[in-house]
Amino acid sequence: MSERAYNFAYLDEQTKRMIRRAILKAVAIPGYQVPFASREMPMPYGWGTGGVQVTAAILGPDDVLKVIDQGADDTTNAVSIRAFFARTADVATTTDTREATIIQTRHRVPETSLTENQILVYQVPIPEPLRFLEPRETETRTMHALAEYGVMHVKLYEDISRHGHIATAYAYPARVAGRYIMDPSPIPKFDNPKLDNCPALQLFGAGREKRIYAVPPYTKVVSLDFEDHPFERTKFEAACEFCGARDSYLDEVVTDDRGGRMFVCSDTDYCEKRQAAQSRKAAE
Amino acid sequence: MSAPLLVARGLGKRFGAVTACRDIGFELEEGEALAIVGESGSGKTTLLHMIAGLMTPDSGEVRYRLRDGAMRDLATLSEAERRALMRTDWGFVHQDAARGLRMNVSAGGNIGERLMALGDRHYGRIRQSAAQWLERVEIPIGRLDDSPATYSGGMRQRLQIARNLVTAPRLVFMDEPTGGLDVSVQARLLDLIRTLISEMGLAVVLVTHDLSVARLLSNRILVMKQGEVIESGLTDRVLDDPRAPYTQLLVSSVLAA
Repeated sequence: MSERAYNFAYLDEQTKRMIRRAILKAVAIPGYQVPFASREMPMPYGWGTGGVQVTAAILGPDDVLKVIDQGADDTTNAVSIRAFFARTADVATTTDTREATIIQTRHRVPETSLTENQILVYQVPIPEPLRFLEPRETETRTMHALAEYGVMHVKLYEDISRHGHIATAYAYPARVAGRYIMDPSPIPKFDNPKLDNCPALQLFGAGREKRIYAVPPYTKVVSLDFEDHPFERTKFEAACEFCGARDSYLDEVVTDDRGGRMFVCSDTDYCEKRQAAQSRKAAE
Repeated sequence: MSAPLLVARGLGKRFGAVTACRDIGFELEEGEALAIVGESGSGKTTLLHMIAGLMTPDSGEVRYRLRDGAMRDLATLSEAERRALMRTDWGFVHQDAARGLRMNVSAGGNIGERLMALGDRHYGRIRQSAAQWLERVEIPIGRLDDSPATYSGGMRQRLQIARNLVTAPRLVFMDEPTGGLDVSVQARLLDLIRTLISEMGLAVVLVTHDLSVARLLSNRILVMKQGEVIESGLTDRVLDDPRAPYTQLLVSSVLAA
């Protein structure tokens, strides 16, 4: 099939303009959910249609794209989306966090610190942090408009009264630039502190819900908490089985049917870099 | 005498060809309990919703004295002001407790919501206030973390009252607060409401079709029929010496126990 059957990065130019306008508005109002005319993409909802549209709208021929899914570069979702843009936009792709100019992600923020030259694109399933307590969209919009965020703490209150601590471990709500409260997509709360004052631009795309929101570079992002139950980052007892890292987010891998398990870095690029450095050091 | 807390003037509302309320006016003093009685379809709930800012009247106005002393027309309040008023200075007790409560949130969360909305960010303090209020409305403290879905009808109603009163409002609207409860539960609930009204100096606008509830809780009464107030006055006077034929009918149709 001819590659020219597609416009650059799959979407037509008018659609990209529409998405870019939404992105500009989102950057101008940090944390505010901007509605946009989400398109059908050649993949099912829930596979990252929002993230893919944002990436398509900002991608240029000189960009280097990295796609991660749960921190890994080699899972189906990540491989497919990378291949999709390699084919429709002919852009360079990488698994190296430092080389990438655009990183599309699902469920994780890379362990390696991001720079001002990078854009992080999140795939978001449910952009509305108030949805748990308020099913009406008209009402949640009013609540955002009037900054009526008391119910967000009701959710945290429920956590503490049931579990003794704030048990929300992912999609942990955060206040952006002192105004809007956003759902930072289903990243573990371990990653929430990385959103704060991040040098990279962070864009969030929800395809099914047709919303785009953003955290501009160096923006204050504060995770919600109580004075007597402050926000705590997830801590791990173990170190990564492969690279020995104690500062990264670990996945628990079941290794047999007799209770065997091990913990490994969820960020494959970070883990591989560390292993390579260790074997270089051993060889010296 | 100080200015009234709430003044309604010429309130009217039509639903198509049906006139639900016509030219209704009254004044409510601070700490006063006003009952609106009438049979089903007489427009009493419509009137309550207009006063409480849940429905826009076709004609007339409702003025309310804010905490800073300014008398404001509710229609001219911004949405932010109106909503802030509703969750701080006002309360609304629904007949169906499920409408006034968050059924998927524990009792403590339900009571604490208004505190958190006002910016309290200390879990221990919020929980303590919730526990105190639970005690005040006579719900066992052990039920603090239970969902209201596990509560009986009477307990739900009491929880709804606690949730509304935790911010010490000045005015509470009640729509048939004892509706659907059996008689002994009603009696305890009425007793509780009466105690709270006098302890907190609450002003109350109470809608009920039950004249005995009106007699127990209210100082003054409005009798409605087909969207109009046909009689008003002190509760004892109206119930013991009804003047309008319709009121006489209402009073005489109460079954003596």
